[in-house]
Amino acid sequence: MTLMKTLMGAAAAIAMTAGAAAAEPAVIFDLGGKFDKSFNEAGYNGAQRWAEETGGKYLEIELQSEAQREQALRRFAEAGANPIVTMGFAMTTPIETVAPDYPDTKFVNIDGWANLPNVLTISFAEHEGSYLAGVMAAEASESGTVGFIGGMDIPLIRKFACGYAQGVKSVNPDATVISNMTGSTPEAWNDPVKGGELTKAQISGGADVIFAAAGGTGVGVLQVAADEGILSIGVDSNQNHLHPGKVLTSMLKRVDVAVYNALTAGADLETGFKNLNLAAEGVGVAMDDNNAPIVTAEMTAAVDAASAAIIAGDVVVENYADAEACSVLDF
Amino acid sequence: MDLVTLLQILDSSVRLAIPLLLACLAGLYSERAGIFDIGLEGKMLVAAFAAGAFAAVSGSVWVGLLAGIGASLMLSAIHGIASITFRGNQLISGVAINMLASGLTVLIAQNWFKQGGRTPALSGEGRLSPINLPFADMFESIPLFGPTYKELISGHSLLVYVAVALVPITWWILYRTRFGLRLRAVGENPASVDTAGVSVVRLRFAAVAICGILCGVAGAYLATGLQAGFIKEMTAGRGFIALAALIFAKWRPWHALYACLLFGFLQAIAVRFQSIDLGGVVIPVQFMEALPFILTVVILAGFVGRAIPPRAGGEPYVKER
Repeated sequence: MTLMKTLMGAAAAIAMTAGAAAAEPAVIFDLGGKFDKSFNEAGYNGAQRWAEETGGKYLEIELQSEAQREQALRRFAEAGANPIVTMGFAMTTPIETVAPDYPDTKFVNIDGWANLPNVLTISFAEHEGSYLAGVMAAEASESGTVGFIGGMDIPLIRKFACGYAQGVKSVNPDATVISNMTGSTPEAWNDPVKGGELTKAQISGGADVIFAAAGGTGVGVLQVAADEGILSIGVDSNQNHLHPGKVLTSMLKRVDVAVYNALTAGADLETGFKNLNLAAEGVGVAMDDNNAPIVTAEMTAAVDAASAAIIAGDVVVENYADAEACSVLDF
Repeated sequence: MDLVTLLQILDSSVRLAIPLLLACLAGLYSERAGIFDIGLEGKMLVAAFAAGAFAAVSGSVWVGLLAGIGASLMLSAIHGIASITFRGNQLISGVAINMLASGLTVLIAQNWFKQGGRTPALSGEGRLSPINLPFADMFESIPLFGPTYKELISGHSLLVYVAVALVPITWWILYRTRFGLRLRAVGENPASVDTAGVSVVRLRFAAVAICGILCGVAGAYLATGLQAGFIKEMTAGRGFIALAALIFAKWRPWHALYACLLFGFLQAIAVRFQSIDLGGVVIPVQFMEALPFILTVVILAGFVGRAIPPRAGGEPYVKER
């Protein structure tokens, strides 16, 4: 009995210290793990940037299974972490369950759709970033034909395709955009072999720059494009390093910016819906040492001009999600 | 449609058909011996992973190929022990193997390489290089035959020629050797094989092992021949299409080749033409992708001849009741 009491006391003491260490923000990385070279790693980079700049600390966890989502949210909320930043749309439902129980804690739902008073839901203007990728593709293309390979045929991917096609046509109205979707089932995200065949088919159709917005399938697209000596465009995170000098650029979704901003705002985070567009640096094209040799001054100038025009509102990029239709591309 | 386009489509068909053919022949050995195997997909997946991982680490595609075969054999052993030794349900064992493979590959890949469940991209010796057959350039000037030889027949990797050669070899083994006769018999009527004094268990294990080796080659071809590395779930249902092809071929080697080439051709068409306009009627790409399965159902329903599986298929052999 005494032993039991000691144990209980120790547990209580730990719980209290955990409570006292409060007001630290928390980041929950999703199943991919924080070094997934993609979405989660971008979030991790944003959190690290914040930690280095401010000297602050954040709590973190890498989820290992679906069942941990709600558990992790509750544990961080109980420990007093604020705000709690989560990665990926899969956290939407757990947040909807947990957030009402902790009205004083703020949650960040990236790419999701949670609609609660203490949740900040962040989305990205993928069509604007894709537009810039399209501008670069059209500048780089010599044949006047460029390609787009999507993963699963869902509205989000059509949003990429439509923005891309608009960017291409803005530079070269006569350009041809060949658009293919890998499939209509989730397997389409992980079929590099089919991605490679689509790439070969588009190359024989004359395409000399191909934009892949297709998850794991995109790895196959970039590989075949590099093998066949044409240019490709990566997506989400910076994929320029996969084949240096052969990946023209990558359309970035700045998850790192979203996480950095959330951590910087801290407990004073403004909740609601936030769309990270070009103006907010939420999307963009990647420029680094790997693609520097193939990016010409004209490309940089064209991208800068297009970017400025979009931010100023002179160019409005049509969003497929608004009308479920695209004026420049047939699906 | 000109000759060049046609050759490109056929070339693409061959590339897409070869993994199907290898998996289909793998299933053929196993099912002819009375062991249903819906774990083809899982075996290909672990083989693709092992091939990608070991080729990346060692820098040699042949080490990768061996590792792929080894990994696939391990799953075959599990399937064999579960369904032959312990007389478990073969379908359930197959499903378990698929689940095990899809989880295990990502887990190990992430732990080992930390690239989001992917293996590092292969280059140089780590990839299967295409083999240019002799005289490809010399024949090029000959109309029709020249380009066909150069584009379609030459320029594939070694495993493609191995896979095609396996078709007559399989036919010969099944129909012209004692082992083949016993293998077929054990799938039809294991009791008679047992009465003749031949071990049913040993024969079935041999068949399951051959199945493992062929699935290993198929997976290694995906990861090192068609692509340069493993990506999670990269088999993308090919094991199931191979099963459909096996039924379509009614468990016969030459027909398996035709079925796989047909399915490969359908996929190549779907890749090349997203929608086909046939004089006013537009065939959507989804239909082309579903066609292999529709054809299989048609065959199974008995509209075009009946597909009769090996009689003892799916049933564990019990010596004495």
